[in-house]
Amino acid sequence: MHTAETEAPLISRQFTSVLRILESYHHDSSKLVPILQAVQEEYRYLPEEVMTFVATALDISPARVFGVATFYSHFALEPKGKYVVRICDGTACHVKGSQDIVDVLTERLKLPKGKKTTPDMLFTLETVSCLGACGLAPAVVINDDVHGQMNAERTKALIDQICVEEGL
Amino acid sequence: MPNEKTLTIDGFRVAIDAETNLLQVIRKAHIELPTFCYHSELSVYGACRLCMVEIEGRGLVTSCTTTPEPGMKVKTQTAEVRELRKMNIELLLASGNHDCPTCGKSGSCKLQSLAERLGVDKVRFTAPVEQKPLDFTSPSLVRDPNKCVLCGDCVRYCAEIQGIGVLDFTHRGSQSTVSPAFNKGLAEVDCVACGQCAAVCPVGAILVKTEVERAYAAIQDPRKTVVVQVAPAIRAAIGESFGAVNDTFTMGRIVSALRRLGFDKVYDTSFSADLTIWEEATEFVNRKQNGGVLPLITSCCPAWVKMAEHDFPEVLDNISTCRSPQQMFGSLAKDVLPKELGIAREDLVVVSIMPCTAKKFEAARDEFKVNGNPDVDLVLTTQELARMIQDAGIQFPELPVDSLDQPFGTKTGAGVIFANSGGVTEAVIRYAAGRLGEEHPVIEEVRAEKNRREFTASTPLGDIKMAVVQDGRGARSGQGEGASPGNQSWQKRCGVCGNHGLPRWMHRRRRSACHAFRSDPATSCSGHSRC
Amino acid sequence: MNAVMEMDLETTTQDYLASEKTYTRRVVICAGTGCMANGALKVFKALHEQAKALGISLEIELDYEDTKSKDGLLTKSGCQGFCQMGPLLSIEPDGILYCCVKPADVAEILETTFQNGKLVDRLLYSVPATGQVCKGHGDIPFYTQQHRTVLKACGSLDPENLREYIARGGYFAARKALTTMTDQEVCQEILDAGLRGRGGGGFPTGRKWELTRIQPKGKKFVICNGDEGDPGAFMDRSVMEGNPHAVLEGMMICARAVGADEGYVYVRAEYPLAVARVKKAVKDAEAVGILGDDIFGSGQSFRVHVMEGAGAFVCGEETALIASIEGKRGMPMPKPPFPAQSGLNGKPTVINNVETLASVPLILSNGAAWYRSMGTEKSPGTKTFALTGHVANTGLIEVPFGATLRKIVFDIGGGVTKKGDVIDNDAFKAVQIGGPSGGCLTREHLDLPMDFDSLLSIGAMVGSGGLVVMNQETCMVQVAKFFMQFTQNESCGKCVPCREGTKQMLALLDDITEGRATDETLPLLEQLARNVKIGSLCGLGKTAPNPVLSTLKNFREEIEAHVHRKVCPARVCKSLMTPEIDAALCKGCTLCAKKCPVGAIHGERKVAHTIDGFACIRCGACVDACKFNAISGI
Ligand SMILES: Cc1cc2nc3c(=O)[nH]c(=O)nc-3n(C[C@H](O)[C@H](O)[C@H](O)COP(=O)(O)O)c2cc1C
Ligand code: SF4
Ligand code: SF4
Ligand code: FES
Repeated sequence: MHTAETEAPLISRQFTSVLRILESYHHDSSKLVPILQAVQEEYRYLPEEVMTFVATALDISPARVFGVATFYSHFALEPKGKYVVRICDGTACHVKGSQDIVDVLTERLKLPKGKKTTPDMLFTLETVSCLGACGLAPAVVINDDVHGQMNAERTKALIDQICVEEGL
Repeated sequence: MPNEKTLTIDGFRVAIDAETNLLQVIRKAHIELPTFCYHSELSVYGACRLCMVEIEGRGLVTSCTTTPEPGMKVKTQTAEVRELRKMNIELLLASGNHDCPTCGKSGSCKLQSLAERLGVDKVRFTAPVEQKPLDFTSPSLVRDPNKCVLCGDCVRYCAEIQGIGVLDFTHRGSQSTVSPAFNKGLAEVDCVACGQCAAVCPVGAILVKTEVERAYAAIQDPRKTVVVQVAPAIRAAIGESFGAVNDTFTMGRIVSALRRLGFDKVYDTSFSADLTIWEEATEFVNRKQNGGVLPLITSCCPAWVKMAEHDFPEVLDNISTCRSPQQMFGSLAKDVLPKELGIAREDLVVVSIMPCTAKKFEAARDEFKVNGNPDVDLVLTTQELARMIQDAGIQFPELPVDSLDQPFGTKTGAGVIFANSGGVTEAVIRYAAGRLGEEHPVIEEVRAEKNRREFTASTPLGDIKMAVVQDGRGARSGQGEGASPGNQSWQKRCGVCGNHGLPRWMHRRRRSACHAFRSDPATSCSGHSRC
Repeated sequence: MNAVMEMDLETTTQDYLASEKTYTRRVVICAGTGCMANGALKVFKALHEQAKALGISLEIELDYEDTKSKDGLLTKSGCQGFCQMGPLLSIEPDGILYCCVKPADVAEILETTFQNGKLVDRLLYSVPATGQVCKGHGDIPFYTQQHRTVLKACGSLDPENLREYIARGGYFAARKALTTMTDQEVCQEILDAGLRGRGGGGFPTGRKWELTRIQPKGKKFVICNGDEGDPGAFMDRSVMEGNPHAVLEGMMICARAVGADEGYVYVRAEYPLAVARVKKAVKDAEAVGILGDDIFGSGQSFRVHVMEGAGAFVCGEETALIASIEGKRGMPMPKPPFPAQSGLNGKPTVINNVETLASVPLILSNGAAWYRSMGTEKSPGTKTFALTGHVANTGLIEVPFGATLRKIVFDIGGGVTKKGDVIDNDAFKAVQIGGPSGGCLTREHLDLPMDFDSLLSIGAMVGSGGLVVMNQETCMVQVAKFFMQFTQNESCGKCVPCREGTKQMLALLDDITEGRATDETLPLLEQLARNVKIGSLCGLGKTAPNPVLSTLKNFREEIEAHVHRKVCPARVCKSLMTPEIDAALCKGCTLCAKKCPVGAIHGERKVAHTIDGFACIRCGACVDACKFNAISGI
């Protein structure tokens, strides 16, 4: 009894926002995708404990939650950097040289092999299949700002500018 | 007959009876279409694409997902279909590590046998070099994702039949994997170690963790005395492994084989099963008479106990405090035998031959250890025993019969019906009724569903209600009602080993196994309500 | 229940039109994703503020009360299609379209156009090929060569203004369907129009509705498929952003036809603006009782939820989309049963594409005969395409079915571009149509009428409608590889042929572009492609081999050059590049010839050397050796 009482406030403090999200979807397990989206909005990624919590609250297995979380490419299982740089690699951007931008930025950000986020958690570099801004190919999105008709130099300049703003 | 519903398969007319899919009709017509992902007990998945056939006017379809319709003209062997099957097998052979000779599944692997059957004589594609890590965490099972063909049978079995859902697909496309949540090990999640995933897996991606080498090591160690207990269910299963009929002499041959393998003493778990029943019945009568927590749930199945620990902590008080027969045997043996034989506890090795992988997990639990020394040192499944027998070159069917060791070799017959799901419940009730002065209680089946059956027995203490559940899902469904006992009593048992330790696909043969019990004069099971 | 104000369509229309008359001009700033990215909102703000400072009454909100005349109404619109030229600013009734407008241009626009009634010439569009300066939509070939129906309103309406939508005739069709037509009549009208699904398959929409209609009464759903996953298409995005109410109206009509009372709009998460606009449209429509219970007094209910995708192309497939809405992994299920029989939560469900649904109100308003007057016999109506790649005018276009590729690429698209954005129509190599499930069209297909059936007959498909123009600098093997990379990434992983087959096809293509291919590679690739096509469970796998098969068919020589001669004719595949000596830089020092381990470099001392491409093993030793940087290409 004793532990239950002392633990309860702790858990609810940690998970108040998750609880609110679950509440707003009426604990309906068919709303798992939007629930995870909302959770990710809150934490910027999907922490394992939160996924387990969501599974328990929705009365489904954690394996199912993990299965859904790993199926969709928007869900991140690791924290992302402060600036998420998404380079469009849709057909239009691809034929207009988006790969060059990826190569140059990987180099510029000195990303360790196989990693998407810089060790200082400032930048995350991702490619996306299409942003639907094909008219502006190649397109680069930094957080929510779309930049059209980019090339490697201009993208690098944007990164440099952010670094300056961040005092690097 | 004019209004009989028929279709044609490769030109032959075949009647449609109650089949729900075309694959069943084709199989009824004695054509064994290859499949990985079809399992009659599970939902239809349609992913392996091996069961594809051509239907005139419709083109290629997967027969497992197609409803049979009268007049269909089905072709199962067109050039296209044959090429597709071969290509699929070739692709799967290049999908991971399919190095057969070193695989524990070799000889019983579906991928291997289909490659041979379909004449896949070369693999022109390159297999990935990088290997995914294996999962050795579970005391009962080993998972090797590099061998998985992603048929999803284990996923669906675990979720749909056992109601647990420990395994699921993760990631997508060529990155797809079947794994527990967060890529954890099986021992780190709610796995109950029932081993049904290993039983349904067509390839070597989930195997029973073998303790054969440890058994050999113990036998070879001159300081150790190795005793073995054989669970009642083994006798029916072992025959299957050797294509031998299961008859009166099977147990005698098992004893004979075990002695040849070098075990010092061979005992029958039936002995301790009787003790379990006796203790459990006593506990039941006590609880009933003294207002203890009811219903009483049997503790014999370690998988069910583990499921309760994870999912139904509220019923833990309902679970009998008795040890299961395996552990009852182990603790008695480790208590009595060292004194009797004049050896140290540590030098006595207790091996059990069990039908279920969860018994490995049970033996490894800390509660069943004295100063770190387990009551049961290692557990072998029927298949592992069969492998040892084969390995040693012992010709099982031709063995002379031998008899069990005393003093654990006596039994009443109650223990042998144990391994039929419901057996323990029935035995307990019979015994309890006997103690209460009713020699032959009439046990009546009041409700029967696929995975859940209910009985009543009238005794001097009033009517006793019993429920017997067959699988994890049944156990789950029984939960709500079990919690409100009133003046009734429930005996419950998850039936994961209710199949005599046979893989579930051998389930249909249960009947014949039951007949064997009957024919064994020592275990007369007359009055067994299900034979 | 909170009482919602029932909106009367006629009154709303009259009110709107009457007060609109009090504004002399209407200034529309394109607020599609493209123009927004280029700073359209800054232009909007600058215009509003500077006009006020100058005493020009340029309002951003229609004032129904004030009957005084005002200088102008400033509004935003959805995507006008000419994204490359954005931010776009149009002024009506003058018929002016200013391109690439920056906040700094605003002062001049206000002074020259508003105050002096003249044109700012430098902001006008001039045709690159001819230099002709165009005033606006009326004479820009990009627009005049199109036939806009579905997109028409996208570029002029304020997508966030429900009243304006109504004033332009919106929701009249829905009211007609709900109050004066039977479910069967609605289905019949769509059937008569010959509307075919724009999601790729071209399935007759009327038939799909009818199939759902005849299912037993009870819960049914309408789903609008806005997942638009083809990496090179953005028509649906533009419609959802530019005219969300048309999509909702289409759904309402569909719901009427099949007896559904609940709908979902499934929007790709990469389209935040579309999500926001559709959500707002739903909210606005609910607020006035156009969505909800007893709509238009018909006794019928219809509610719409907006669901954001989470990044999976396969969720565009109907059964996977349904799985996703149900909170599962987006893995397709075998059909039958079709969604029309058993869809969302096992209930009969219609799934239609955004553009399909947006066409529905037009058909109901103008009649099936009007619709059939456009397009071809078997593919009536118009089709939107996303025109991108090496083409002068990239953007969103709409033409009647049956228009030729020549017209699209050269007349509307303004011609093919090559390095440095120079227009050179001879540089035309191919057009990729239909994205990862489509194929490529070559010079010989330039006069082929573009419709569902004729494209299918040559192994391509309309698909989503992405048109990517490619010039001679493009390697077709790389293009095929790009799509294969895409499909193998996006495969759900359920069925063997698609999961393993696309992976192995990609590996084979890799072999080809990396110079590892042997004589067995192409036959194996072809055999594998054939089996993936017939063996896969869903449309993704069934169509995944198309780009490869189409390349094998149309650019066989180019592939064979990679395989047999280890040469990439377009000089794109890095591993197949032979080093080349720039004769102008080479001093003939012979160092490279000495370093070459296979003796592939020849030449006299002091004379420019040459490399024997067949002997060369591409080790790069010569490049490193040359002190004059005369060797490149590796
Ligand atoms: C892999 C795959 C992706 C698809 N993606 C889309 C999509 O993004 N948008 C869409 O409308 N239809 C898509 N479709 C087609 C849909 O499954 C479905 O046929 C369509 O939405 C039906 O609408 P329609 O009849 O109006 O075309 C896709 C199909 C497949 C197989
Ligand atoms: S582990 Fe076995 S049963 Fe499970 S998906 Fe893989 S191959 Fe199928
Ligand atoms: S074809 Fe591909 S996407 Fe479709 S079910 Fe099969 S694996 Fe999944
Ligand atoms: S058995 Fe039919 S698809 Fe696997």
